[in-house]
Order: sequence, then C-alpha cells, then structure tokens
Amino acid sequence: MGFPDRIERTVEIAHPPAKVWSAVTTAEGLGTWFGNAASIDLRPGGAAEMTWTSGEKASMRIERVEEPTVFGFTWGISGLPDGDPRRTYVEFKLEPTDTGTRLTVTESGFAQLPEGGHRAAFEGNTEGWASELGELVEYLDAIAA
Amino acid sequence: MPSRPDIEAVAEEVFTALADPSRRGILAALAARGPATATDLAAGLPISRQAIAKHLGLLAEAGLVAAEPGEGRRIRYRLRSAPIQVAQQFLAALARDWDRELEALREHLDAAVASATQETNKGWES
Repeated sequence: MGFPDRIERTVEIAHPPAKVWSAVTTAEGLGTWFGNAASIDLRPGGAAEMTWTSGEKASMRIERVEEPTVFGFTWGISGLPDGDPRRTYVEFKLEPTDTGTRLTVTESGFAQLPEGGHRAAFEGNTEGWASELGELVEYLDAIAA
Repeated sequence: MPSRPDIEAVAEEVFTALADPSRRGILAALAARGPATATDLAAGLPISRQAIAKHLGLLAEAGLVAAEPGEGRRIRYRLRSAPIQVAQQFLAALARDWDRELEALREHLDAAVASATQETNKGWES
C-alpha cells in the first residue's frame, strides 16, 4: 500500500526571501494566506496558532527559526484526538534565486506509531465515553453522599 | 492483528473493513449508540443476526471491535478507535493539500506587492 511518511513540495516564488519569510513567520502573513487569523511567538519553543472561520484551529510549536532560510514547527495530525502525542514536523526552507525565492516545504512524521505500540498506547485513552460517563456518575454519587 | 504493530497492516485492515456497507453500518451503529450485542444490532440494521455475527468476528480480528461480557451470557461488542486513528494518519497525509496552500501563499505575496505598488502610484499622483 505504501504509507507516505514525508510530503515535499518546491515552488518558485517571484519575491525576495525577506518577503516570503515575513509571509510564513508573522501573524499577519499566516493569518492571511494560511489561516483566517493567527498568533505567533517567533522563537524555538514558542507557540503559534492559526484559526479558520470554519471553527478549525491549528496549534503549532516552533522548532527552528533561522531567518531568512529555515522555519520549522510541529503540529498535531489532522483527525487525531487533541491529546494524541503524535505530531508531524513542517519545515519551510527558503533559498534565494535570480528571480526571487525557491521555497521548499516538507512535512514528515505521518507514518509514526505512538510510543509503546499502538494497542498499548491507545487502550488507555480510548476507553472513551463509557469510562468518562462512569467517572461522572461516581463524582455525582460522591458529592451527593 | 499482527503481533508486532505494523502501521500499514493496521491501516489496510481498517480500509478492508470499511469497504463493506454492512460493516460500515455496524461500526456506525456502535459509534452512535455505544456497545451492543449482535441481537441489538440486528434490530436496527437490515441484515440478519447471523450475517452480523460473521461481520463482528471479522471486525474483532481487525481490532476494530472488542468483545466484552454483557448481561447474562450475551457478548457485547464495543468500538475500538485505535486502528481507525492509525488509518486516519494515512488519510491526513493524503488530505494535506500543500499545493493549494502554496498557491495561496503565492497569491498573497503577489497581492501584497500589487497593493503596495498601487499605494506608491497614488502617492505619486497626489
């Protein structure tokens, strides 16, 4: 079947690296071409967030900031639960060219397994609503007693 | 299920299970209403109890449902989301539309330059 772990795209952009850098690393840029609004604390370890008018949200953790050539962050895998530890790593690489910038984006980590094998790692947190509701009942019983 | 978790094998079993409309119906019913016996499921689905039992066996082998003791001696089946979350990673990779995002970035940069040029021209005229 072939499970893609890494996605890579390169585009030639007719604008200098400084302009592209600003578009991919500022709240104004990310909140315009990518999300509908964004916030960013641009430093390794900093947090960034994009939101869409559809109600969707992406929370990123910034990993690499090497102006104006490398910007990298991790974010959760779309469709997995919020608490899932698996994240993909996204890296924007900017190279100056005669006509502007060659921008390469790579996203890797789609084929990772959760630590400890998937069965063990999931069994705990996917007991799901049955156990959550059980805990609610116990809580209500306890405060009524 | 393979004894050593293999992400491709897990995803393949999920997609095979989902390829059948009866099995999709069973999984949808378990997702919507919670754990149920083969008899419970037969009451709500246009399939015989025997056919449901056969599909549940296959779904259990794929790790998509887990059998647990129910009332009396009846077996209840509960949805297991772990394999589905593995398959979801595969779908996430397919759905990640960087082509569209990068096109939007290019348009954003072109538009920014166009409006800056306009501003400059305006300043020049006045």
